[in-house]
This record gives sequence, C-alpha cells and structure tokens, in this order.
Amino acid sequence: MPPRTLFQKIWDAHVVRDVPGEPTLLYIDLHLVHEVTSPQAFEGLRLTDRKVRRPDLTIATMDHNTPTWPLTQPVTDTIAKEQLDALERNCKEFGIRLEDRFSPLQGIVHVIGPELGLTQPGLTIVCGDSHTSTHGAFGALAFGIGTSEVEHVLATQTLPQRKPEAMEVRVEGDLPAGVTAKDIVLGIIGRIGIGGGVGHVIEYTGSAVRGLSMEGRMTVCNMSIEGGARAGMIAPDDTTFAYVEGRPHAPRGAAWEQALDAWRSLRTDPGAVYDRTVTVDASSLVPHVTWGTNPGMVAPVDGRVPDPSNAASDDDRRSLEQALRYMDLKPLTPIQDIQLDRVFIGSCTNARIEDLRAAAAVVRGKRVHPRVRAMVVPGSHQVKVAAEQEGLDRVFSEAGFEWREAGCSMCLGMNPDILQPGERCASTSNRNFEGRQGKGGRTHLVSPPMAAAAAVAGHFVDIREWDRG
Amino acid sequence: MEPFTRHTGLVAPLDRVDVDTDQIIPKQFLKSIARTGFDAGLFFDWRFRPDGSPNPDFVLNKPEYQAASVLVSGRNFGSGSSREHAPWALQQFGFRAVIAPSFADIFRNNCYQNGLLPVALPDSIVRQLLDRAASQPGYRLSIDLENQTVADERDTLASFDIDPAVKHRLLNGLDDIGLTLQHADAIESFERRRPTFLPHTEAVPA
Repeated sequence: MPPRTLFQKIWDAHVVRDVPGEPTLLYIDLHLVHEVTSPQAFEGLRLTDRKVRRPDLTIATMDHNTPTWPLTQPVTDTIAKEQLDALERNCKEFGIRLEDRFSPLQGIVHVIGPELGLTQPGLTIVCGDSHTSTHGAFGALAFGIGTSEVEHVLATQTLPQRKPEAMEVRVEGDLPAGVTAKDIVLGIIGRIGIGGGVGHVIEYTGSAVRGLSMEGRMTVCNMSIEGGARAGMIAPDDTTFAYVEGRPHAPRGAAWEQALDAWRSLRTDPGAVYDRTVTVDASSLVPHVTWGTNPGMVAPVDGRVPDPSNAASDDDRRSLEQALRYMDLKPLTPIQDIQLDRVFIGSCTNARIEDLRAAAAVVRGKRVHPRVRAMVVPGSHQVKVAAEQEGLDRVFSEAGFEWREAGCSMCLGMNPDILQPGERCASTSNRNFEGRQGKGGRTHLVSPPMAAAAAVAGHFVDIREWDRG
Repeated sequence: MEPFTRHTGLVAPLDRVDVDTDQIIPKQFLKSIARTGFDAGLFFDWRFRPDGSPNPDFVLNKPEYQAASVLVSGRNFGSGSSREHAPWALQQFGFRAVIAPSFADIFRNNCYQNGLLPVALPDSIVRQLLDRAASQPGYRLSIDLENQTVADERDTLASFDIDPAVKHRLLNGLDDIGLTLQHADAIESFERRRPTFLPHTEAVPA
C-alpha cells in the first residue's frame, strides 16, 4: 500500500460503499447532538417513520440555550425552554442518552465528548455544530454538519461525502512564553485567511503541536473551521493515550491494549503527500488579538489596527472599512489602547480546566477593572467541579469575576448572556462576527491569559510583560 | 425536496465578502423547533435598524429588489456556523440560487440538502453581475442546472461546475436518506467488521 496521510487512513477505515461517480458512503462512529440543530431532524424521522439506527453511538446534551445562572433558577426564555423540552422528548422517544441541564456530566458538547472518553483516536465524529473539529485533537476525523445531515446520520449512521483534500500545517520550534495554543491558531488563520482551508482537512504537525497538552490541541483543532477547513486533526501520541486512559468510555484491559495497537498506526506515513503544506515558525509567534469582524482580522498584541488604504484589493479595502466601522476603531490604533467593557472566559475553544488555571494564575490577588464586567463560564459541569476543588472559583470571585454554570453562553449569546449594543468584549471564544455575542456588540478574540489580564487592566495588555508589570 | 432544474429571476446584489451565517440569520432565530418562518430573521441585523424599523439602505429593502430570487455576493459566502437555518431563511425569503466566487463547505452542503443552488463563478464574472444588478433595473439571470450555465437576457455569461451526483439529486429532488437506505446491506456488513473496542454511549453504571 502506498504511504498515506493520517486523514486518508481514517477515511479508508470508514468506507461503507465507494462507487465511481458517487460520493463515498462513510460510517460515523459517534454522533453528538444538541438542542439547536436537532429538532427538525427528529421531526423528519417522525414524518418518514424512521428510527435512530444506532442510539448506542449517539449522545445528546443541552448547551447552547441553557442559562448559566444557578441551577435552582428555571429557564425563563419560553422559546428556549420549548427547544430544551423538545430535545428531552426526542431523546426519550428515540432512546438516546441525554445529559440534561441538571446532569453532573452536562456541558458544551465538544467539552464533554473528550471528558467522557467517548472521543477517541481514529473515530469519525459528527455533530450539528461547526466546532466539531475540536475532536480532531485526538486523531479523529470530526466535522460539523447541518440539520438534514443530522437526520441522515440518525437514520443511517452514515454520510455520503466527497473526500476533501489534505492540508498540512506544520508548526515547528519552541513557543515563546505567553504564547498559547489560541495564539498558534489565530496566527495560522491570520496567515491562510478565513477561507484558506475550504475543501481541506488540516493535519497539524511539528514540534510545537506535539508539545501541546490535549487541551491546547483541542483549542487549535476547534478553530480549524475559522480557517474554513472541513476538519482539523493531530496524530495521537502518548499525550493523547494518557488523556483517554481511565475515562468512563475508554477501552479497558485487553480492549485497551488492542486499541493502543490500532491507535499507534494512526500517523502520516513517511513519504505520504499532502495536497498543500503551510509552515509556521513557532518561535516567531506572539499573543494575538482580533480587531475586526472575522477571526482572520487579527493583529499581534504589540501591533496596530490596520489601515484600509493599504489593502490589497477593493474587496479587501471595503471589508476592512466595514469592519472598522462596526468595531468603532480608527485605523492604526495601537491594540493596547483598546478599552474594554466586558470579558468572557468560556466556550468550546477555551473553557477547559487548563484554560481556567491559566486565567486564574493571571488574576490571582488582583481586581477586575471597575469599568469591566467579567465572567467565567466553565466548559462543563465537570470542569466547574474540578476548578472549585482547586479553589479557582475563589480566585476568580475574589478578583471580581462572575463564576457561572456551564454552557456555550456568551460565545454565541443564545442564552441570556449577551453583550449590549456598543459594548466591547475580550473573549476567549472563537467568532468575532458582527452581533455574534449580542446585536451591536464588539468582540475581540484572545487567549485565556490575555483575557484575564485585559479584565484587570481594562484594556489589552501584552501578557509577556504582565509579570514584570 | 423540491427539484431544481432551471430558474430565471430578479438579481439582488449583496456586495460584501465573507458573509457569515451569523449575518444570514442571527442566533435568536435558531430557537424555533419548526422548519418554517425563518425568512423573518434573514439578514436581520442588516435589514432592520436598532429601533426595529427597516433599514432603507440595505439592498433587500430597496423597492427594486423586492421580488429578487437570485442573490449575488462576494467570496466565502456562508462561512461560520453550521446552522441549516441559513439556507432555510434564504429559501423561505424567496431565493432559489446564490451566486458567489466561493462558498463555505458546510453552507454549500446545507444548500444542496434543500434545493437552494449555490453557484460558484469566477471573481471577474461575479463582479460583473454585482455591477449589472446594481445599475440595470430589473436585471434578471437564468440558471440552467442541466446545462450548468448562467445567462442573462442577452448572453450566456458563464458555465459552472457541480458534483454530478449532487446535480442528479437536485434535478430529481431526491431524498438523500432514501438513497442511502438502499445500501442497508453494505451498512450492516460494515457494522459487523467494526473493531469491538470502539466506544458506545450507553450510560455508565455508577
């Protein structure tokens, strides 16, 4: 067999049917479901009298709509409540396991999959959510789908797919202090553009990627979609195996040994060819801050907002002008002069325990700036409990952060956590689109330590100089 | 799904690049459990001013584009969130096709599932279409899926590529799930070959 990429190997292992001229029918090992993109899919099953083929490969949670106020308080948004109730009814009717708002295992769908040990190397994983790419951190092929495809997977446990191309993003070298996984991926998107990965599955390689924890790898893979890529993945290694081992759904005993044998072959063979390769020098990376209205509009923390008059094309110039107008920023404003009203530490990008530790280390013993309202929303109930056991909740609360229940929260503002028009927010989430966190809200994407430092200072600061200041 | 064969309609120019699905339909409209009614949320933050009144400057609010059924826009249309509510909103508002230099992958797949046709054309042609739709009142385009062409009343302007299997499905309005279930034997035989160590989602005993 000729040398193959990691992506090609996982693809080949899931082909149910491959006929020239038709899309490949691909088997799906794990289907994650949440309340927003599933109700019409279940309704479709009812209308056609179809069943869920493999409820045992399907799991649901409530995350997008759930309020992050205490669990003793009810969901007051009646339309959101109706959608949450619909998921509960659907899961009961079709026999699907549900981690509801009160489950100790509830959380953002992309946080709980790995936590439960359901996310494993070599799997195909889908969810009606574009950030499904997160799970690629384990060496899985994981991608977001729409509601019709959700229905398709529920009914058949397969998806017809055309094979995307394989793209390598190689990040070599040592990351400087203060530069995180978030900065790696923001740097990559800044370089390839938000459409740069369209039609591709990205494999992240290189020593800087190998050196990341699983949390860091999930942050990088999570934002693959922000570069337009279908999925992002990282070959599994001992870091991966150590994370998976012992989790509730991880294989045990002889099955674990069997799994390890299979997982160790999940790497790109020497001589395998990617359709495209991009190389990044890790030592040149810096903390990043987005200034515009998509994740590719990003600048180094010691840089400035760009000047549209220097844009490469008319389209680009207009796009920059529109973004600056929406963000209420003048060309060439130094990033560190941007003043903030809100800080959000949360989301499937950056709300795992390591993210909260990194943010807490920055704010310990300090106070949130009086103008700033800052909140921490753990990625899952389990992350929340773990953080409380370490006392991180007290560190945040004593500094003036709100410490809240788990969910997607202000990443997309479907629940009551939203920006008011004109408010400016430093956010550890993944999208700075117009109105994403609330109509008229202005979002700047940063890493957890950068968000924490900005909360204290009231404006962006260079985290590399934080300890000295 | 309603088949798509050929469509002729009024063109609305949305002259922006990177139109993301958060703009096509903001999150407050995603709470519905129905499949209809999403036209009310289409481009909501652009269509309406903060006080709720229509924004007269937005292209779809202009009288000359009221009956538009072909949307032309800039590169990377439909980026971001996987919400299928985006094509639902466009379709329920009256659009049958979107023309742009490029589309985000998930959005394009979602369009195919609903018979809304995404047509990728070269930058220079799209620029021409945007300019004509902006300057020529009543500018109409015909999109012929069988022949994969885009024409106006004078000329055939361009041909476009489309996956032959997708084309066949769209022309005939076929149900993807129905097609897949014809291969139930292949799925069953694949399932028998799956390694035993793979995870299952049943609740773990406490």
